[in-house]
Amino acid sequence: MTEQMTGAQALVRALEHVGVDTVFGIPGGAILPAYDPLYDSTKVRHVLVRHEQGAGHAAEGYAQATGKVGVCMATSGPGATNLVTPIADAYMDSVPIVAITGQVASAAIGTDAFQEADISGITMPITKHNFLVTDAADIPRTIVEAFHIAQTGRPGPVLVDISKDALQSTTTFTWPVTMQLPGYRPVTRPHSKQIREAARLIAESRRPVLYVGGGVHKAGASAQLRELAELTGIPVITTLMARGSFPDSHPQHLGMPGMHGTVAAVGSLQRSDLIIALGARFDDRVTGRLDTFAPHAKIVHADIDPAEISKNRHADVPIVGDCREVITDLIAAVKAEGRKGDYADWWKALNALKSTYALGYERFEDGTLAPQYVMERLGAIVGPDAFYVAGVGQHQMWASQFIGYERPGAFINSGGLGTMGFAVPAAMGAKMGSPESTVWAIDGDGCFQMTNQELATCALEGVPIKVAVINNGNLGMVRQWQTLFYGERYSNTNLQATRRIPDFVKLAEAYGCVGLRCERPEDVDATIQKAMEINDAPVVVDFVVHEDAMVWPMVAAGTSNDEIKYARDMAPKWEHED
Amino acid sequence: MSRHTLSVLVENKPGVLARVAALFSRRGFNIDSLAVGPTEHDDISRMTIVVNVEALPLEQVTKQLNKLVNVLKIVELDTGQSVQRELMLIKVRADADSRSHVLELVNLFRARCVDVAPDAVTIEVTGTADKLEAFVRVLEPFGIKELVQSGMVAIGRGARSITDRSLRALDRTA
Repeated sequence: MTEQMTGAQALVRALEHVGVDTVFGIPGGAILPAYDPLYDSTKVRHVLVRHEQGAGHAAEGYAQATGKVGVCMATSGPGATNLVTPIADAYMDSVPIVAITGQVASAAIGTDAFQEADISGITMPITKHNFLVTDAADIPRTIVEAFHIAQTGRPGPVLVDISKDALQSTTTFTWPVTMQLPGYRPVTRPHSKQIREAARLIAESRRPVLYVGGGVHKAGASAQLRELAELTGIPVITTLMARGSFPDSHPQHLGMPGMHGTVAAVGSLQRSDLIIALGARFDDRVTGRLDTFAPHAKIVHADIDPAEISKNRHADVPIVGDCREVITDLIAAVKAEGRKGDYADWWKALNALKSTYALGYERFEDGTLAPQYVMERLGAIVGPDAFYVAGVGQHQMWASQFIGYERPGAFINSGGLGTMGFAVPAAMGAKMGSPESTVWAIDGDGCFQMTNQELATCALEGVPIKVAVINNGNLGMVRQWQTLFYGERYSNTNLQATRRIPDFVKLAEAYGCVGLRCERPEDVDATIQKAMEINDAPVVVDFVVHEDAMVWPMVAAGTSNDEIKYARDMAPKWEHED
Repeated sequence: MSRHTLSVLVENKPGVLARVAALFSRRGFNIDSLAVGPTEHDDISRMTIVVNVEALPLEQVTKQLNKLVNVLKIVELDTGQSVQRELMLIKVRADADSRSHVLELVNLFRARCVDVAPDAVTIEVTGTADKLEAFVRVLEPFGIKELVQSGMVAIGRGARSITDRSLRALDRTA
């Protein structure tokens, strides 16, 4: 197929051909040529957001809810720089998005022209790859390459910066195009020798753990993971990025590891003799102080990114490959190995930790609301089929701990970058990607005030998300650290929500949403049910909670996992086994 | 810490040097020397990078470099199995009295005199880092006025070429 058209038309045509149905963005000078053909497209729906950061997070939410590439679009200069945070977020959490930005005309590049920013230079360290296109003829091929890079191998963000003259000039559009990526060859097939070695270690170990990260869900390998776990009888822990990849209700599930992980999960790693890491990256929030992390464990580390293997912790058995292929091969190898590991003593010890140090929380005698209770009730009433999209902070940890996830991908949040303000726009993107699903954003009052402008987008575009604002009137997680480590000196963490500035109910109404408020435990169920009954408008629920609620367990930053506390100054008793 | 020489074949595209340099700075790797130039193939440039790291971070360096989409191939060149050269231009004080001494050293080191002024000579010398260091040491007593040095370039000994297979990969997509 060959046709004469402008670069802008070629861009829109290429987006249609690679299967894009939704683009989140805001127009401006340099990208303006692209918005004209976009206006005519019947295949691509452009969602006009209120801030480019919202466009980026929406693309992330869309990508995570659908498994497809999310797309956001912005103009040059400030439009592009406003995308930096979501791009960095997508890079840290390996979310496939393509960001398309307009650039000043190629003759003006480098002259400090109006709204010029070197966005390809700026995003170099936070993109999987990026392109600067100054020739209309290169646009279709670059779009195909960008989508290919974003969604293959370890997924990630790709930015395509297109100069205004490239969008305006005429070119010959040809389809299909051939990619020119000689240096890009992700490995997905694991090495059979390493797989056999892993199976041998599994049979010989006495205290193994399956340490599951976000890569398992990204590879669509949750069913295989369950098969491997049940075949071997090995306990499973799921990281923040993997919540739901193994059902929380499964008896072999020990919970989340890390700074706010369960005692059983953290304790299992510390006492393990074999950690089988699947699509996880030994992040500092999981390992605690690295030199005391899992001191007795051999490491089998499977990841699609070779650079993750032995980056933080040396891998005894490195496996480079896609998690679905790795786990499938591992199942076959375990069956071929024949021997079964004896984990009876191990389970006895772990079950004791699980029952003694089950997740719990403090209820307040003055009748105010415990935030954890809100999560429990949300999980119970809304159920496992919904998407739960959290921001960053205490509410995020409580959402991870108390909702209960049974379905891979049900929990979407900002893990690696820890981006406050992620929830509302990401929930909008998730809802647009999966309109039939119920989508709850769970946000703190601090986070919510960073990106709630996208409620206007939700109301006008018919995206009825639900937002649970866990309003403790503070930057809660920072306040928790001030309580624990800074002698209760609350420097600049009080957002003064007791003065109701802003009033979240009125704010919701101003944005064309339904606003509800809940301040007492006895009203929680009815409020959630009321929110669930409203499907023609976004709903914001202001859950006013006690400001002293804290996230437990906790491994203080920079300390060893062995120093975990399940409540303030309360360390678990480790039973010593031989 | 130890020095490692990496030959990195990259696509000859704008911004590739910036990507490599940015990667080193972001990941906290130290570059001792870096040289970039064309190869026998128009589409490929070759960087010779000398890094000063432990063995384990070196693995990280090569893995992270490999993740750059424009990087085609990385080969570590062993000192014993490769020829390594740097180029240096040195401007040395040399008047009528000292000039013959300086020229004697130039001959000893198989260097070349490329410019002569009444009170100075400019010398071109190539060799390994050790040789250049030794040369600078013997010239120091005369007074070094100016010195400029290239990054190291290196090539493996023997008939094998590291570009062969990468070229084929490039041809396939052309």
